[in-house]
Amino acid sequence: MTRKIRVVHYLNQFFGQIGGEDKAGMRPMDKAGHVGPGMAFASALGDQAEIVGTVICGDTYFGENMETATAEVVDLIVKYEPDLVIAGPAFNAGRYGTACGAVCAAVAEKLQIPVVTGMYRENPGVDMFRKRIHIVETEGSAAGMRRAVPKMAKLALKLAKGEPTDSAADGYLTRGIRKNYFAEERGSARAVEMLVRKLGEQEFATEYPMPQFDRVDPNPAIRDMSKAKIALVTSGGIVPKGNPDHIESSSASKYGKYDLEGVDALTAESHQTAHGGYDPVYANESPDRVLPVDVMRDLEREGSIGELYRYYYATVGNGTSVANAKKYAAAIAKELVEAEVQGVILTST
Amino acid sequence: MVKEIERAGIPVVHMCTVVPISLTVGANRIVPTVAIPHPLGNPALAPQEEKQLRRRLVQRALVALQTEVEGQVVFEK
Repeated sequence: MTRKIRVVHYLNQFFGQIGGEDKAGMRPMDKAGHVGPGMAFASALGDQAEIVGTVICGDTYFGENMETATAEVVDLIVKYEPDLVIAGPAFNAGRYGTACGAVCAAVAEKLQIPVVTGMYRENPGVDMFRKRIHIVETEGSAAGMRRAVPKMAKLALKLAKGEPTDSAADGYLTRGIRKNYFAEERGSARAVEMLVRKLGEQEFATEYPMPQFDRVDPNPAIRDMSKAKIALVTSGGIVPKGNPDHIESSSASKYGKYDLEGVDALTAESHQTAHGGYDPVYANESPDRVLPVDVMRDLEREGSIGELYRYYYATVGNGTSVANAKKYAAAIAKELVEAEVQGVILTST
Repeated sequence: MVKEIERAGIPVVHMCTVVPISLTVGANRIVPTVAIPHPLGNPALAPQEEKQLRRRLVQRALVALQTEVEGQVVFEK
């Protein structure tokens, strides 16, 4: 019998069963065998592979120390002499997806072994790492775990055995690698066929999807800051105490606009965070740590800025879809333009 | 969100801790901050020192808004 494929699994503090956001600062650690969703992977991988170890790291620790954390995690992974590394799935968790992507990319580069992770299409980890690693497309939340695991396990086994893979059939996000093959029909025939389908409003699949670039050129700098009206905007969920608009702690369905008239600083009594994606203790204790109203007031008094715009805008950037974030920001921007705001400081957690 | 504000014609500076995400998202002016749960503060410091730290970061953001950039720039100092 051939040797079993040795697998190491990477998880965050939550799926690694260490704790929630209060444990997100934990440094990397390892455990022999499988942990949490590793059990589902073990059964999906079957007899051909074994999860020999699991490496767990807190999402905040990773996000704040990407280079060191990556190196520390890779060191722990190496100990297990793996043939394959699986990370996540991270669904739409931004810090976790970034960590899974960074770990996989580093393992692929340093150990030259196959790696597989899973993420929701909008996870920032996708655009950062899709060209370097295999990322299976998952649903947006952990409710999709049951469907993600078999896809990831199947692709992982294929890669470990050196079998050919295909992004559509294996469910991973395209990596921008072109493969040569002999088609049945020549190019002109395929192009005409495609055009006929398109004109007939039938479905057709392009052979060369155009890359989508969505970049916005920077606006000119502010000439005279001492006369400029500056607005504060945050995705860190800072809201008046009690969260009057009931902005959701994740997948926010709205944003809020709040008056700063007569407000000199944010306090634990006046404001709080509604964000569910980071440990709220520090922001609740002193909301200025996320939305710097106190300092902006000082700078306004000293004449460094012309004025702090009377209202600030806040939403919760936690699992919020890109489409919604875009929509909220476009509405906010329209109001800011109307209010003749000349510059914006946007803070994120 | 930064991109939509920029698109509307207002210069915007993104203050955040995970700079690679900000770069991926497409912010043009970026100021790295302290930590994810407290980007503009540090609970380990005394309140006065913490406010000084916050002031330095906000001032850096104002410098960023007053600096002409072509493409993405991370204002480390």
